[in-house]
Amino acid sequence: MGALIQLRDLAKIYQSGDSEFAALHDVNLGIERGEFVAITGSSGSGKSTLMNILGCLDSPSRGSYLLAERDVARLSRIELARVRNETIGFVFQNFNLLARTSALENVELPLIYAKVPPADRHRRAREALERVGLAHRAGHHPSQLSGGQQQRVAIARALVTRPPLILADEPTGNLDSATSIEIMKLLTELQHSGMTIVFVTHEPDIAAYAARKLTLKDGAVVNDVRQQPVLAEAS
Amino acid sequence: MISAGETLRMAMLALRRNKLRSFLTALGIIIGVAAVICMVSIGEGAKTRIRSSIEGTGTNVIMLFSGSSSGPGGRGGYGSQPTITWEDLRAIQTELPSVLAAAPQMRSNQPVISETSTWTTQVVGTTPDFFVIRNWPIESGVGLTASDQASSAKNAVIGKTAADNLFGPGVDPVGQTVRIRDAPVTIVGVLAAKGQNGMGQDQDDAIFIPLSTFQTRMQRGLGKFVPGMIFISAVSAEGIPRARNEIAQLLRERHRLGPNDEDDFSTSSMAEMTSMLTTTTQTMTTLLASIALVSLIVGGIGVMNIMLVSVTERTREIGIRMAVGAQPADILAQFLIEALALAAIGGVIGVLLGIGIGQLLAARFGWSMVTRGDIVALSLAVSAGVGVAFGLYPARKASKLDPIEALRYE
Repeated sequence: MGALIQLRDLAKIYQSGDSEFAALHDVNLGIERGEFVAITGSSGSGKSTLMNILGCLDSPSRGSYLLAERDVARLSRIELARVRNETIGFVFQNFNLLARTSALENVELPLIYAKVPPADRHRRAREALERVGLAHRAGHHPSQLSGGQQQRVAIARALVTRPPLILADEPTGNLDSATSIEIMKLLTELQHSGMTIVFVTHEPDIAAYAARKLTLKDGAVVNDVRQQPVLAEAS
Repeated sequence: MISAGETLRMAMLALRRNKLRSFLTALGIIIGVAAVICMVSIGEGAKTRIRSSIEGTGTNVIMLFSGSSSGPGGRGGYGSQPTITWEDLRAIQTELPSVLAAAPQMRSNQPVISETSTWTTQVVGTTPDFFVIRNWPIESGVGLTASDQASSAKNAVIGKTAADNLFGPGVDPVGQTVRIRDAPVTIVGVLAAKGQNGMGQDQDDAIFIPLSTFQTRMQRGLGKFVPGMIFISAVSAEGIPRARNEIAQLLRERHRLGPNDEDDFSTSSMAEMTSMLTTTTQTMTTLLASIALVSLIVGGIGVMNIMLVSVTERTREIGIRMAVGAQPADILAQFLIEALALAAIGGVIGVLLGIGIGQLLAARFGWSMVTRGDIVALSLAVSAGVGVAFGLYPARKASKLDPIEALRYE
């Protein structure tokens, strides 16, 4: 089996009038299944653009993107939606939960679009909430939950479809440091259980939780190092 | 794409979150549909009433009036100038093969006095044939007879409404005496209720006495001419045109009209009056229903307005749904079904409200009301159509959002 993510000569170019601006260029990158990768870089370095393309929310202007051996660079909106549903779990900086909707229903959302029957859906959503330690908050609305709890609900939503890849965009950006550590612990646990996790952060101590650190600058990967993660797998 | 049931569940959830707004939006549809149902039901009621009153009258009835129904400005309308003589009437009764019977009708509004009350009603002088022609049976007691006619008997049959007003409801007036113009008149029978005629006049508010009695007691009439109109029954409904021809020929001959002279009388069949009245009612109904339809469309614009606001407000929700795998078609269906549900719920409430208001109005003003299933189905279909038509644009707008932009929306 090949790499989970394989980018070749990837570029994203924005056109404004006559001038072109390359948000990403010449990105060549492979990420294996089960890896724990941090993407860092200053703002404007292209890390958000890279995340959007990795997450199949956006398509590259040039180059190829193989996700689980499938070329997703030229897919239609409809096919991209299916790929997002089946292959990717998203975690956002601002949680992006549906307001006035219970935690359980939020977690069920991807399963609705995966056409999982209701009874199955409830069971799996409950299991996912249990996994992030929030089974007792299943009926609460996001406004009744703390930031850390909301992010846990979002993580439960990301893993409920059992996707091979979880993408997290600044998952600790809106959280205090103690809560940030909890969230990183949770992500580490998920990685230990076999999921591939790629996250964006600009904080070095958060990036330190990853086993591999990519640094972007001006739309290109300038550094790619393996490192000893803060929480090593218990042997 | 996910199932319609799932989409409907999500739509209902969203509508419930904004109860007041959903209600106000649906209100436009509710008022539109209620107006359509109310107008059409009352219009249908009027039509049915006309039809049944005509059927009650008899489909083979012809009315004969003195004077010309049409003519250059100088001439009066029918009945304005008496031209038909009692001799003419007798000739019609006896000489024409297509005519079954003919009865004159003299009328006068008079106060009628019973022991307990006084009631001003229509006093009608006529012959026994009148009740046969009008297909109007006696409910209790007996009818007027030829001997009543011959002896100018002071006997009367009374209509339901007049009886109730003179003697109180539930009291049998047969055998009672009333005074009309100081003459004591004995009630010998009560007519079956006939209801309103095509013009909305209560036909049961009348008391009938023999023509001869009317002429001696009430008014002498105009000597050789028959005042008022004459009711004639043809042998059958199909025989009406032939009977009218025969009547016209006979009268033209008797009145010695030259080939270039206009008729100095006119005939009209109940069927003609029915179709005229029905057409008028239909025109009114169509007019009112079109106005109501306009309000339904205005309601639809309200739906579109709110759906557009809703799409903007929920941009981030749309982004989240797209990120976790919603197809553009799922988003389209979600908003379309929300609009459809708003309109359909509004439609159902509107139908119930329309029927309710219609019945209230009908009871208040003594109209009749007929709610037709096909009109109800049509209103529901139109309101659902309005929901789809006006929901489509906002829903398409939602489905075309870029997920990245939508997720970033504050």
